[in-house]
Amino acid sequence: MKKLMLLGDEAIAQGALDAGLSGAYGYPGTPSTEIVEYVQRNREAIERNVHLTWSANEKTAMEEALGMSYAGKRVIVTMKHVGLNVAADPYMNSALTGANGGVIVAVADDPSMHSSQNEQDSRYYAKFALMPALEPSNQQEAYEMPFLAYEISEKYHLPVMMRLTTRLAHSRAGIKRRKVLKENELHKPENPNQFMLLPAFARKKYKHLLSIQEDLIRESENSPFNKYIDGEDKSLGIIACGLGFNYLMENFEAGKCPYPILKIGQYPLPRKQIEKIMSECENILVVEEGMPLAEEMLNGFLGNTKIKGRLDGTIPRDGELNPQIVRKALNLPELPSQAIPDIVAGRPPALCVGCPHIDTYKALNEALKPYGKGHVFSDIGCYTLGFLPPYKAIDTCVDMGASVSMAVGAADAGLFPAVAAIGDSTFGHSGMTPLLDAVLSKSNIVVIIMDNDITAMTGMQDSQVTGRIEDICTGVGVEKEHIRVINPLSRHHEENVKIIEEELNYNGVSVIIPRRPCIHVYAKRKRKN
Amino acid sequence: MKKDIILAGVGGQGILSIAAIIGYAAVENGLNLKQAEVHGMSQRGGDVQSHLRISDREIYSDLIPQGGADLIISVEPMEALRYMPYLSQNGWFITNTTPFVNIPNYPDTEKLMNEVNSIPNHVAINADQIAKDMGANRSMNMVMLGAASVFLDIPYKKLEDGIKFVFGRKGDEVVKANLKAMKAGKDFAEENKA
Ligand SMILES: Cc1ncc(C[n+]2csc(CCOP(=O)(O)OP(=O)(O)O)c2C)c(N)n1
Ligand code: SF4
Repeated sequence: MKKLMLLGDEAIAQGALDAGLSGAYGYPGTPSTEIVEYVQRNREAIERNVHLTWSANEKTAMEEALGMSYAGKRVIVTMKHVGLNVAADPYMNSALTGANGGVIVAVADDPSMHSSQNEQDSRYYAKFALMPALEPSNQQEAYEMPFLAYEISEKYHLPVMMRLTTRLAHSRAGIKRRKVLKENELHKPENPNQFMLLPAFARKKYKHLLSIQEDLIRESENSPFNKYIDGEDKSLGIIACGLGFNYLMENFEAGKCPYPILKIGQYPLPRKQIEKIMSECENILVVEEGMPLAEEMLNGFLGNTKIKGRLDGTIPRDGELNPQIVRKALNLPELPSQAIPDIVAGRPPALCVGCPHIDTYKALNEALKPYGKGHVFSDIGCYTLGFLPPYKAIDTCVDMGASVSMAVGAADAGLFPAVAAIGDSTFGHSGMTPLLDAVLSKSNIVVIIMDNDITAMTGMQDSQVTGRIEDICTGVGVEKEHIRVINPLSRHHEENVKIIEEELNYNGVSVIIPRRPCIHVYAKRKRKN
Repeated sequence: MKKDIILAGVGGQGILSIAAIIGYAAVENGLNLKQAEVHGMSQRGGDVQSHLRISDREIYSDLIPQGGADLIISVEPMEALRYMPYLSQNGWFITNTTPFVNIPNYPDTEKLMNEVNSIPNHVAINADQIAKDMGANRSMNMVMLGAASVFLDIPYKKLEDGIKFVFGRKGDEVVKANLKAMKAGKDFAEENKA
């Protein structure tokens, strides 16, 4: 059979589809977005009527996935690492309810923060929840792991995490497909109380979760994704997790590494193999993409001088791995290479020429001029680029939805004006609930919901609130006359400044909706149809 | 056989089509392939690159090691220079000479070209001009592919098939224009590889 050329993200999607997937839930977020997008354009998925529309945020996606699992079907829920913080409540509790139909929680981490505000390592969440996790090192594994994940998930009635990182998520290679499995029939949980977490039940379930941990370690010891590859030279043993394995092998001609290697692709860590490599080798190098999870466990609280990795500085404590870093950790000579010529200037991302956010920020800057800097709480999306010169229009970016809630807190403290600048999709994700807070506490804030008709930053996904923003705001309790729609175009500049000024001067909750499509929306829609 | 290629440019300049065509040709030729792309934030007018690795052996890393690239193919001259640390000692440096200026501190173009011309194995080609002269403004990236084709060790015919595969949906005219653009780039590189 011909190989399919797939991104790591797409390979997970294809694997899940071939392993009997009935629904994909998620909220876009780099580098996880292409998992659901692949399902959305996959002909077989559409024919099979697999659920494939975006959810409002990661928490609703996780809960919807649990509902599908309750009904007995196999499901995948996808998000970026920080999305798991949003979904953390249902995620942590899903370890207690467990799964009926198999559940994969696919989380894509972004070490080096290429498109993110932090570089947290989701494997800690798997450990925290006492949940098994799979971490592919290449696209073929990314394709095959969903089969095993569903098997484990249904055998232990427990969701399984699949963790991947940017480089694999967005790297393409050929994969060989397996035989396609049938979807599960609808069936309710055998135990009618499985998803009931009243304390009396939850306590029992937690004891049960603790009791199966040894079994999960056994699964890892027998997993095809944890491999002990012996080597002659026992002066060093290498534990390589996920992508770390590739960067290791890259540094040896034809992948011939002289040292024993323990390649990790399934967690909890396989005790038997860890014992073997620890007892046979003089020193241990731990190569993991992300934070030093395995390394910390092996070190223990008191440390162990035999173990090298991110904690002792053999590998930098932060940032993603690459072949050079691992080469250095192996004490191999650097390949000769040149520096970047001094003449090369940085080219940071920027708002596109003609972007509607530009006109919004120009008007906002002018309206705020009398008050000086430090009044605009913003959020995450293309519009965050309005922080950069020449606009310098916003002051904060923390997490999705925080613009509205931080403006509320600052206004409550007496800051005036307090403005929130949030995108339409971000508003749908987490801006509605703090707006309710604002209405209830009668906070003196202006919320600018920049409606460009799309979720632009992550590559043009539909926005959940398109066509509903005014209704949502009135529904939450914002007064109709203080919901103002403006057209962010330079020829409306004066008028827009005036409207913003009026609402700044209103003592209460105002919403201004600059409405003009992202300049790429049209082309995107045309391509999609 | 092994070719490690850095493709460079600015978000939206079309380096992924170049990658897709080389990738198609390589796979049709029975080779292994890994191609790391940049998605997300940088695509908004920032610098973007793709690591394209082709080999008849197993490919491990998705990223090319520094000092390991056989080719840098860039659709923009300053972006080409950004990836110098990747170029291997005998590697070829192939760049478009038309600057893409979307930052206030873009360097002086004469100094920039001096830097390019100081690289021993280089091909500098005004791909924008060549494409424009042919009335195929949007085929600049295919001119660059043509210039690179001379160094790829992949049969030219397979690259032509790649263009037909990638642009086939857009109709015969588009395919023809792109084939012509690739040929023009190839001719230029053959005459000008110093
Ligand atoms: C919890 C969380 N989920 C997802 C993301 C990824 N993300 C960043 S910006 C963005 C979308 C922004 O869309 P919108 O608010 O409409 O603004 P636009 O980019 O269209 O201007 C998403 C999904 C994130 N940073 N955090
Ligand atoms: S993609 Fe759209 S929303 Fe984002 S900067 Fe460009 S025009 Fe603006």
